[in-house]
Amino acid sequence: MFPKGTKRKFSDGEEIPDENPADIKVMSSYNLQRQSLLDMSLIKLQLCHMLVEPNLCRSVLIANTVRQIQEEMTQDGSWTIMAEALNSNQSPSDRLVATEILCRPSPKDQDEEKPFSDISYEGCDSVSCHSEEVVDDSLCEPSSEAPTYLPSSIGTWDKEDQKENSEEESEEDSKPEEQVFGTFEIKNPTATPDPALDELFSDVDTSYYDLDTMLTGMQSSPKMGPYDLLDSLSSHSPSSISSNSGCRPDLNELDHIMEIIVGS
Amino acid sequence: MAGVGGGNDLQWCFAQVKGAIDEDVAEADIISTVEFNYSGDLLATGDKGGRVVIFQREQESKNHPHSRGEYNVYSTFQSHEPEFDYLKSLEIEEKINKIRWLPQQNAAHSLLSTNDKTIKLWKISERDKKAEGYNLKEEDGRLRDPFRITSLRVPVLQPMDLMVEASPRRIFANAHTYHINSISVNSDHETYLSADDLRINLWHLEITDRSFNIVDIKPANMEELTEVITAAECHPNQCNVFVYSSSKGTIRLCDMRAAALCDRHTKFFEEPEDPSSRSFFSEIISSISDVKFSHSGRYMMTRDYLSVKVWDLNMENRPVETYQVHEYLRSKLCSLYENDCIFDKFECCWNGTDSAIMTGSYNNFFRMFDRNTRRDITLEASRESSKPRGILKPRKVCTGGKRKKDEISVDSLDFNKKILHTAWHPKENVIAVAATNNLYIFQDKIN
Repeated sequence: MFPKGTKRKFSDGEEIPDENPADIKVMSSYNLQRQSLLDMSLIKLQLCHMLVEPNLCRSVLIANTVRQIQEEMTQDGSWTIMAEALNSNQSPSDRLVATEILCRPSPKDQDEEKPFSDISYEGCDSVSCHSEEVVDDSLCEPSSEAPTYLPSSIGTWDKEDQKENSEEESEEDSKPEEQVFGTFEIKNPTATPDPALDELFSDVDTSYYDLDTMLTGMQSSPKMGPYDLLDSLSSHSPSSISSNSGCRPDLNELDHIMEIIVGS
Repeated sequence: MAGVGGGNDLQWCFAQVKGAIDEDVAEADIISTVEFNYSGDLLATGDKGGRVVIFQREQESKNHPHSRGEYNVYSTFQSHEPEFDYLKSLEIEEKINKIRWLPQQNAAHSLLSTNDKTIKLWKISERDKKAEGYNLKEEDGRLRDPFRITSLRVPVLQPMDLMVEASPRRIFANAHTYHINSISVNSDHETYLSADDLRINLWHLEITDRSFNIVDIKPANMEELTEVITAAECHPNQCNVFVYSSSKGTIRLCDMRAAALCDRHTKFFEEPEDPSSRSFFSEIISSISDVKFSHSGRYMMTRDYLSVKVWDLNMENRPVETYQVHEYLRSKLCSLYENDCIFDKFECCWNGTDSAIMTGSYNNFFRMFDRNTRRDITLEASRESSKPRGILKPRKVCTGGKRKKDEISVDSLDFNKKILHTAWHPKENVIAVAATNNLYIFQDKIN
């Protein structure tokens, strides 16, 4: 499965000319497997919220796995390469924000690791500010290596956010994770008759985010925001790294994903 | 009680099976917990539909003094209903996560049943007499005019068909923010603990509006959350001691006398990781899905994804025994992660004398390990191998190479048929095995 004991090198192809071709092959196969495991884990984190509160233990274990992979990828440098590739494919729609934002902590927390979000689990707790934080933690150590990859923290989600620029990067992989925990409290806007929240976001035009208008013929709308679905599709289509399908993915793909989610 | 295993030892036979035969399994019928009471005469099951079914063993008949009585339905009731949490717009499942019997104190039986959020104490009582002969009502049920009642008539108790009634006596609600995974009755018979992913509460059985929080591992910043509580249990003899297991494969033993909040453990059990077998799945498969004290209270058993470990409470750095349940799955972890099977929570149980342990696996297989002889056996809970009093044939999974006759290859295993819940009679060699929506009862062969 995962080769053990393989010497890890900085996996920049041109710089290891003296490496044994067999080793390179093993390495890239390991990298591929690791990448696919990362993708799988991110998808799992996204799809784990349904009508019922997701299983916290499972989410924590998956998030820990994601963090482990990211740490390893950071150590052998492959994270930088990937993030660079993703960065160039940014589009504004990729930073669609969650509407159920109660409040935001100050951006000073940005360089801490933010592996988990407590959104759905804080519902019953005191009325505190809940950050729709993202699983994506420091892709690399906060200080040195790649300063452009500060973890997209909740600041990213903030509509009136101050740091739009610094959140451009590390989107592709952080985005799905953001969506995971971003969607814990995302409901179909029309279905949640909460006057306080409505008041809070009265200036938000939710028509764009209305899942029903976009996916005709669906029998039931899931409890996740439409933008999340769109983003997940655009980021997790087979050629996820290079795709830049924007915010209007193929409806057939959406249908398919919807079927999986709704379980029809 | 005899040991377990093939050869000259114990042999297991099919006794009964309960549940629908249909291939189409209704989700609500999936059994989610199984528990014998203290005497073993009652067997309770809970299902995903929130129902509790209690089976009672028939008295052994005089004609067949050596054959054990059958378990028949004694009571069925709806314990929990689905609820909706309006604050989070999420459903609260009615699935019964755990049932624990209370020691019997009078003619009635009591049990605790819990779903993700609410624990209920149910009293199950029998009524086999009714009072008849009141002269307060007319024939049609209307109350008679008091002036027209001129004679005194004392009602007489008449026998009636046995009626078993279940009534909820206590409802312990609103104490858990996260999903309850365990409940455990304390040996003082007055208190019990309930554990969710991040907290453990101590309750008094009589008091429903208050509980004490005794463990809280919720970090101040939820983003720092990396470990959750997976199971908890009270010590069988020492009412001040309990243990809880975590998703990182550790067990903490706490003494409630040490502090009101037992965040600091008294003992910490963890086996050092084998660095040669480290993979991305190491943490997930080390997550403990069940922890059970032995009846003696000297040992405890933990179940992780691939193995069962027996720990001596006096030795924290490693288990005293480790049993591989289905090591052949180790090379399949990636697929099992993909289809989510790697997150399945298997339970485990001791036999009455602590000489054997049992746990479930896939393909409706379950495994038993004899701690004394070190023998193990794999059996299957299926309709095909269930002839009345038929002896169960040991099963074997072939891991590679040539498959012998009667062996099944790893790739042919049905991962949808998982045995998560099993229970062992406290005194006899009778076991209850939940296979999806069917409950199998097996017993040892009586010679």
